[in-house]
Amino acid sequence: MNNPYFDLLMWARGPGFDIALTIMVGGILLRVVEILVLGRKRDLATAKGSPVGQGVKTIFTRSFPRKGLVPFAPITYIGGYIFHIGFAIAFLFLGAHIALIDGLLGLSWPAANRAIVESATALAVIALFALLYTRITDPVRRALSTFGDYLVWLLSLLPLVLGYVAVNKLFGDPTLMMALHILSAEALMVAFPFTKLMHAVTFLMARYYNGSIQGRKGAES
Amino acid sequence: MAERPVLAEALKAHGISRRGFLKYCASLTSLMALPPALAPKVAHALENAARPSVIWLSFQECTGCTESITRSHAPTIEDLIFNTVSLDYHHTLQAASGHAAEEARMKAMEEHYGKYLVIVDGSIPVGNPAYSCIAGISNLDMLKETAAGAAAIVAVGTCAAYGGIPHADPNPTGAVAVSEIIKDKPIINVPGCPPIPIVMTSVLAHFLTFGLPELDELGRPKAFFGETIHDRCYRRPFYDQGKFAEAFDDEGARLGWCLYKLGCKGPTTKSVCATVKWNDGTSFPIQSGHPCLGCTEPDFWDNGGFYKPLSMPAGDYRKLGLAAVAGGAALGVAGGAIARATKSKAAAAHETVDAHDLEKKS
Ligand code: SF4
Ligand code: SF4
Repeated sequence: MNNPYFDLLMWARGPGFDIALTIMVGGILLRVVEILVLGRKRDLATAKGSPVGQGVKTIFTRSFPRKGLVPFAPITYIGGYIFHIGFAIAFLFLGAHIALIDGLLGLSWPAANRAIVESATALAVIALFALLYTRITDPVRRALSTFGDYLVWLLSLLPLVLGYVAVNKLFGDPTLMMALHILSAEALMVAFPFTKLMHAVTFLMARYYNGSIQGRKGAES
Repeated sequence: MAERPVLAEALKAHGISRRGFLKYCASLTSLMALPPALAPKVAHALENAARPSVIWLSFQECTGCTESITRSHAPTIEDLIFNTVSLDYHHTLQAASGHAAEEARMKAMEEHYGKYLVIVDGSIPVGNPAYSCIAGISNLDMLKETAAGAAAIVAVGTCAAYGGIPHADPNPTGAVAVSEIIKDKPIINVPGCPPIPIVMTSVLAHFLTFGLPELDELGRPKAFFGETIHDRCYRRPFYDQGKFAEAFDDEGARLGWCLYKLGCKGPTTKSVCATVKWNDGTSFPIQSGHPCLGCTEPDFWDNGGFYKPLSMPAGDYRKLGLAAVAGGAALGVAGGAIARATKSKAAAAHETVDAHDLEKKS
């Protein structure tokens, strides 16, 4: 006799995870190498400023909003921060996730209290809905949105909600919900290299690139 | 087997007071998740229960389940409950063996056809039935033959309930659970490796007094398999605080922190170990510092390793990771090269146009 829910969980932990990890790692490398191989022509002019310094600085400065922009698009900025920080706390400080990272990379750090992790999860979910609201109600943003944007929104939402439901046994069989939580995270992993989610890796390259070009020309960013 | 005294006399013979018996009935009632008001009814029913004939079949197993149910250091009340049934065949416990034993089984089956209870421990090899035989009869044949006249079957232990360890990958004997073979009889699964003695006897007591208990989707009595170990674990506050033992001998282990990271399967395992405990309520594995193995769940032997946390991938991801790195990099170089070629082709195909040309064309 089998427990179909448990079998699903085992598939998610086993072959499912292997497939997702392979696609994610391979896909990220593909995208990054592809960008790097493209290259640029050498700039023969003498640099007027420091490209490296400005490049590195830009990686950090772009994490803060430009003056005056927060009141201009408050939900986008504040919601964006809450989502990113909440997601990071939920992902990086739940004991079970640390065990996973420990198993993959051998790195580990102390886990946070469940109350903190769950509050962060709830805030991230609320932020996601606020962001969806502005995306739909603002005609410009709606016109700019593609299928990929909505897909990425859903893929970011599902692991948060399903994880919360599974841990708190809100509804459904907890083993099934846990399996669905892992599968939803795997869907996120698979989509990662081929959607805007890739910004979590390329933001470093893009910011450095922008900063260093400006830096070379002697501009501060 | 020899006639046994009925329960009331057996109690007296073992020096157990009526008060002790009623107390036992009360705890049994709560254990079976019945309303407390039913305790006197349980007592009455147990005292007056007809002694059903029980045939115990031991197939591919380690005798751990029989050990568990019989290994009580003093005659406990559970023991006596067990004595209220007429155990007509149990080839490990009975004195007779070989054909004499088989005769006892046949006799019990004939006399109580349609009414006897079959208890099975161990899985049944169907890959080659000859892997496990008793008196020259294969387990498969014996089960089919005996089950035909049974009122119900209790599959005790994970082997009988779900195939258990013999069923573990690569399952060399083709071991299967009772429920894979018998489809037309009520089957109560009492999994565990082994099951807790009082859970086995309580299920029997329930069957004797109120008939079939309510079962979950895996055929387990809901009263004993309704909640996970994790739901009732006394280390749960540490889990919620994010305090985990990282090794069996670290500070966290000494302080009794949660064993999740050491592979505890409590969150996906339904059993009453955390509340009823083992050895007369002395302790249970997590209390003695070892993670739960998940022994009441199907395929617990193959669920990715006893010491791997539930959230950790079960497979051999390292090799796959390396292959992905190499493959991804190779594809990236190829993709980049194609893009570069496109770029230079576009540059080469670039025509210079001046105002005169445009005028000519329009
Ligand atoms: S030791 Fe196991 S059952 Fe207990 S809280 Fe930790 S994970 Fe849950
Ligand atoms: S703690 Fe887990 S592995 Fe141990 S006996 Fe109970 S259910 Fe089985």
